Amino acid sequence: MIMFIQRAIIQGIPLLFGATGEILTEKSGHLNLGIPGIMYTGAIGGVIGAFLYENAVGPENINPALAIIIPLLCSIVLSLFMGLIYCFLTVTLRANQNVTGLALTTFGVGIGNFFGGSLIKLSGADVPSINLTATSNYFKAKLPFASSLGAVGEIVFSYSFLAYAAIIIALVAAFVLKKTRTGLHLRAVGENPATADAAGINVGKYKYCATCIGSVIAGLGGLFYIMDYAYGVWSNNGFGDRGWLAVALVIFSMWKPDISIIGSFIFGALLIVQNYIPNLSMSAQELIKMLPYVVTIVVLVIVSMRNKKENQPPASLGLPYFREDR
Amino acid sequence: MNSKTHKDPLFHISRKDPPVWWKRFGIRIIAVILALVLAGIVTLLLTKLNPIDVYLTMIDGAVGTKRRVWALIQKTAMLLIIAVAITPAFRMRFWNIGAEGQVLIGGFATAVVMLKLGGKVPTPVLFIIMVVSAIAAGAVWGFIPAFFKAKSNTNETLFTLMMNYVAIQLIGYFVLEWSVPKGSGQIGIINQKTQEGWIPSVGGNAYLVNVIVVAAITIAIAIYLNRTKHGYEIAVVGDSQNTARYIGIDVKKVIIRTMLLSGAICGIAGFLLVSGQDHTITKDTAGGNGFTAIMVAWLAKFNPLWMILTAFIICFLQKGAGEIATMFNLNLAFADIITGIIIFFIVGSEFFIDYKIVFRKSGKEVAA
Repeated sequence: MIMFIQRAIIQGIPLLFGATGEILTEKSGHLNLGIPGIMYTGAIGGVIGAFLYENAVGPENINPALAIIIPLLCSIVLSLFMGLIYCFLTVTLRANQNVTGLALTTFGVGIGNFFGGSLIKLSGADVPSINLTATSNYFKAKLPFASSLGAVGEIVFSYSFLAYAAIIIALVAAFVLKKTRTGLHLRAVGENPATADAAGINVGKYKYCATCIGSVIAGLGGLFYIMDYAYGVWSNNGFGDRGWLAVALVIFSMWKPDISIIGSFIFGALLIVQNYIPNLSMSAQELIKMLPYVVTIVVLVIVSMRNKKENQPPASLGLPYFREDR
Repeated sequence: MNSKTHKDPLFHISRKDPPVWWKRFGIRIIAVILALVLAGIVTLLLTKLNPIDVYLTMIDGAVGTKRRVWALIQKTAMLLIIAVAITPAFRMRFWNIGAEGQVLIGGFATAVVMLKLGGKVPTPVLFIIMVVSAIAAGAVWGFIPAFFKAKSNTNETLFTLMMNYVAIQLIGYFVLEWSVPKGSGQIGIINQKTQEGWIPSVGGNAYLVNVIVVAAITIAIAIYLNRTKHGYEIAVVGDSQNTARYIGIDVKKVIIRTMLLSGAICGIAGFLLVSGQDHTITKDTAGGNGFTAIMVAWLAKFNPLWMILTAFIICFLQKGAGEIATMFNLNLAFADIITGIIIFFIVGSEFFIDYKIVFRKSGKEVAA
């Protein structure tokens, strides 16, 4: 049971990163369907950084601090770059968000799989496969007293720093959105950019910041996946459709980052629950994997039928804003 | 409103009338050329290969042999029919990104009929049941989000996106349930010996029937959208739902009817993929084409006839880049990177068609 909760949370953390990032983006009125691609680039960014570093110094002389900082920075830079592409096209050039987002996903997954598959050849390194266990171990470093606290310690304190970062980021995002002036402005931009503009809010700046910060957060989800969950072993398409699950989680948590923490654990549990039901056939597992999506649809329908203001998607979600179009 | 000194911005952006067709075309061509140059530079940096060689390999990979030409045509046709299928919905500003699921479920229905009725009913009857069930399945998958959109304005982008994965997992379930041999995790080629329910080759060409069907549907939808009352209603609902209501169009009915049509054609696409190409069903039967089709449709400005060109370009890139990957021992995903770059440029170029940048001091208008 303790194992189950732990693994559910570890499964949920990448989704939580993705969902928090996407919530920030959507709150600014931009439906970023590039999230799956951004998470892939975030992951491969970490892999590239770690791979080059490990190969440069050799496995014996890895400096723990650098082993974490280099992949982290590479991951952030790459996902920020993806966010900037999306922003420039949709905010500055007012391109269609759905098309841009889907193209970004194609692009990002392409980058991930391309470098994942060709990094060894490109860098001319003499290793059979990308195996970053050394770096992964630093990422997976746990609090030393975790195992001495019994069940509570196992469930609460046994994760790597990125997992706690995910929860803290989600809580901070929830706080910023709900309680601060910045959050109020951001929500205003997402609900009605024309009104926000008239109130003197710099719409473009808010959209850029929200989307780019959102991308970086989502990219960290990819980094967590590869360095923590996957033990630093890259496999093409290994990340699967978790990016879309993160988008689903946004709806499930009704655009609230704090609810998405619990939501991510539920989704994580649904992802692995089939391993814990005895005598479950392979085919029934497929049906269980459908649950997160079905639940999301149900939430989406109920939310729209009840029509409560605070649970709706941002009013101008998906619409470009051009000042003269009023 | 505050004490900051007011500064005139260096330039501002304003809308402009759409330029003449050759200018619009020219802007897009420039965008594609810039994209290819950038893609070439990226190729050079990543692989240190001569980009010209890379592009030549690409062309050879796409159309080098007769077999490759036909494979390219079939791929284009399949992408085209899905793009055409989602177009009525998109013209209505109903963001149906659920084509992947609608195609899959149509293909699944086809496969079920082939499995369960193949050899038990006369071939013409079998084909009729296959087509009807594929259409019905696709239409149902399109109807569900449309119904909730019409009834309570549920966000259709997110709804249709989720429906994709419901379809994928549903197929995952049945593929495992019915796998041949048991436990292999795949259905395998259906009716391999009898070829029951396979679209027959015509003149030695396995894909000719597919291509003809797709061409007919493309033309039919072009006429439907541009020359019929329904097409007009779709356009009005897309422009302004309030206007549509004002002139007495039943918006809910149009939404549901259009999505039924959209889903039904996706169902046919699924039928063609299963009966005319793969002869099996897997989770990957649609292979991401449901998403790629959105870009194809959008690049063609939702004009079905232009989609023939855009679908061809995308497929050409993918086939060609696949060849690069094998030739230079690189990863297949290279194609996706190049496709992404080109779409970014074309998407971005639209700005210079709809807007102009006016510089303040010189008063010179830069209408790119």
